[in-house]
Amino acid sequence: MKHFPLRLALGLSLAFGVSTAALAQAADNSHRLPPKKEEFSFEGPFGTYDRGALQRGFQVYKEVCGACHALQHVAFHNLAERGGPGFTEAQAKGIAAGYKIPAEPNDKGETTDDKGERLTRPGILADYFPSPFPNENAARANNGGALPPDLSMIIKAREAGPNYVYSILTGFHQTPPHGFAVTKDKYYNPYFEGRNIGMPPPLQANSVTYNDGTKATVEQEAHDVVTFLAWASEPKMEERKQMGFSVLIFLIAFAGVLFAAKKKLWADVH
Amino acid sequence: MSGPSTYTPKSGIEKWLDQRLPLPRLMHDTIHTFPTPKNLNWWYVFGGILTFCLVTQIVTGIVLAMHYKPDATLAFGSVEKIMREVNYGWLIRYIHANGASMFFLAVYIHMFRGLYYGSYKAPRELIWIIGVLIYVLMTATAFFGYVLPWGQMSFWGATVITNFFTAIPLIGTHIATWLWGDFAVGDATLNRFFSLHYLLPFVIAGVVGLHIWALHVPGNNNPLGIDVKSPQDTVPFHPYYTVKDAFGLVVFLIFFALFVFYAPEFFGNPDNAIEANPLVTPPEIVPEWYLLPFYAILRSIPNKLLGVIALGAAILILAFIPWLDTSRVRSCRFRPTMKWLFWFFAIDCVILGYCGSQPVDAAIAGISLVWIARAGALYYFGFFFPIMPLVGIFETPKPLPASISQPVLGE
Repeated sequence: MKHFPLRLALGLSLAFGVSTAALAQAADNSHRLPPKKEEFSFEGPFGTYDRGALQRGFQVYKEVCGACHALQHVAFHNLAERGGPGFTEAQAKGIAAGYKIPAEPNDKGETTDDKGERLTRPGILADYFPSPFPNENAARANNGGALPPDLSMIIKAREAGPNYVYSILTGFHQTPPHGFAVTKDKYYNPYFEGRNIGMPPPLQANSVTYNDGTKATVEQEAHDVVTFLAWASEPKMEERKQMGFSVLIFLIAFAGVLFAAKKKLWADVH
Repeated sequence: MSGPSTYTPKSGIEKWLDQRLPLPRLMHDTIHTFPTPKNLNWWYVFGGILTFCLVTQIVTGIVLAMHYKPDATLAFGSVEKIMREVNYGWLIRYIHANGASMFFLAVYIHMFRGLYYGSYKAPRELIWIIGVLIYVLMTATAFFGYVLPWGQMSFWGATVITNFFTAIPLIGTHIATWLWGDFAVGDATLNRFFSLHYLLPFVIAGVVGLHIWALHVPGNNNPLGIDVKSPQDTVPFHPYYTVKDAFGLVVFLIFFALFVFYAPEFFGNPDNAIEANPLVTPPEIVPEWYLLPFYAILRSIPNKLLGVIALGAAILILAFIPWLDTSRVRSCRFRPTMKWLFWFFAIDCVILGYCGSQPVDAAIAGISLVWIARAGALYYFGFFFPIMPLVGIFETPKPLPASISQPVLGE
């Protein structure tokens, strides 16, 4: 969507600005590199989400990212909706039941047990993905002061979102340029602004075991989880593009009829 | 048109109504038989398109307001709920969000068309001035609306714009506090912005009524900029212009639909997908594209108060064009000098818009954009004064055709 040709036609010369900015930054290695260009199934006017990638990506989120990153705007029932990862309602119920949701007050009005631990209950379809940490302070305390961002909108919230997140996930384990100081407790990642990132390299080969036989390389895992997060950002994308196609066909036909009517009507006006 | 009404009530109901509340007569005279110059070109379809945009924004906005929560802790989540859980909520919101950009695109074409054909000149000064008022109201409405999703750019955009008022000496800070309802942009600000965002479109609708009323007294200007001389110069508005405008509208809708369905975030800013956080300032705070030229003018002036005054003056000067332009000829078709200066002005607005979209310290080929914006701002104001009055005096216009029918017949 971001590479739509109208961007050129509308002509705010954005590309011009970006290229000059990139030149200016090339010499300065504290700024980030432009993201890699990865091909995704959901790009272009007819692009859809690859169901396999969505399900594998969900597995990566659940088993890896979800340890630190929330997904607060996505509900379990979304997993079984049209245009989504294609889980059945029973599967989505099973996934929900595997999560512990902070419980509503019990009959005695309590929300914590005797030791002060938060009471929980299994998730249901109506629930949203629970946050891995009870609040921002707890999240920061567990992550060296850095706050792991919520991922439900991460693809929309970054310029060139899919490529950006893919580049971050596959951009670790590189040797910093000569003289570049990696901050203590941070990791070098040239695709992150400042190049010092608080997130340790999240994906390794075989971080997950795919049950469809796909080989779990870092690139594959990154590609899959970006597809899943793109869906989380824009769950109605497939419906939108399909409806857009019908709307455009109708409008173009209607415009043709009106143009013919206009021509006939005005033929006698001189 | 101010001429005698040609309406004759046919049925009994029409006769009854005509003696009490002559609505059918009004519709007949203003929409049906209204004599319209027959030489209006495609640039004239945008008035109808703008009416459509206003209605669309109001209808989609009312539906969005049924699901939106104007509360700083709930607003962002309620918008996401519209996008994910409300039936066709994504469609309604994308129409509304992109509709704002389409509305401004159409209004700018409409304004430049009026500028080129001299539609602001006597006897149409009030149509133009009411139009400027509509534009100011639109800007305010769009600004309030952009704050409502309560993303990072909503919050920080609101902070930057409302801070303009602190530039006023002595009482500026108090005015800002009064506007915020707090000591910074916060929940109280969001609440009142929602209230105003709901109110102003209906004010716009009322002022649009005045705009059309004022138009229907002298009638349309036209690309030749000469008066209608005889009935041969006109056609009835319906069906000639209803069908032409309908075609123009549908072509516009195709363009609109491309954004809604295939690039809905084109005009958006990624930072607005992050919930407002008063503790984290985005690296660049950029207004929506339709305000960028004015933003560039503001930033080109190093003094805050003078910058804000220049920003206001850049919009208000439009209201004085009817008297700044001293030419007796309306249309730039017959104004060899003004024609070029007009196109320079249009390009200047695009350059200013580009400057406004870039970081403050950006440069092209070693020339700081701030200086380009300064040159652009100089021409922006220079175009209205002294260029407009002086060119009107010294320019020799081309001979005008005797009537609208004559050149059309000659072609």
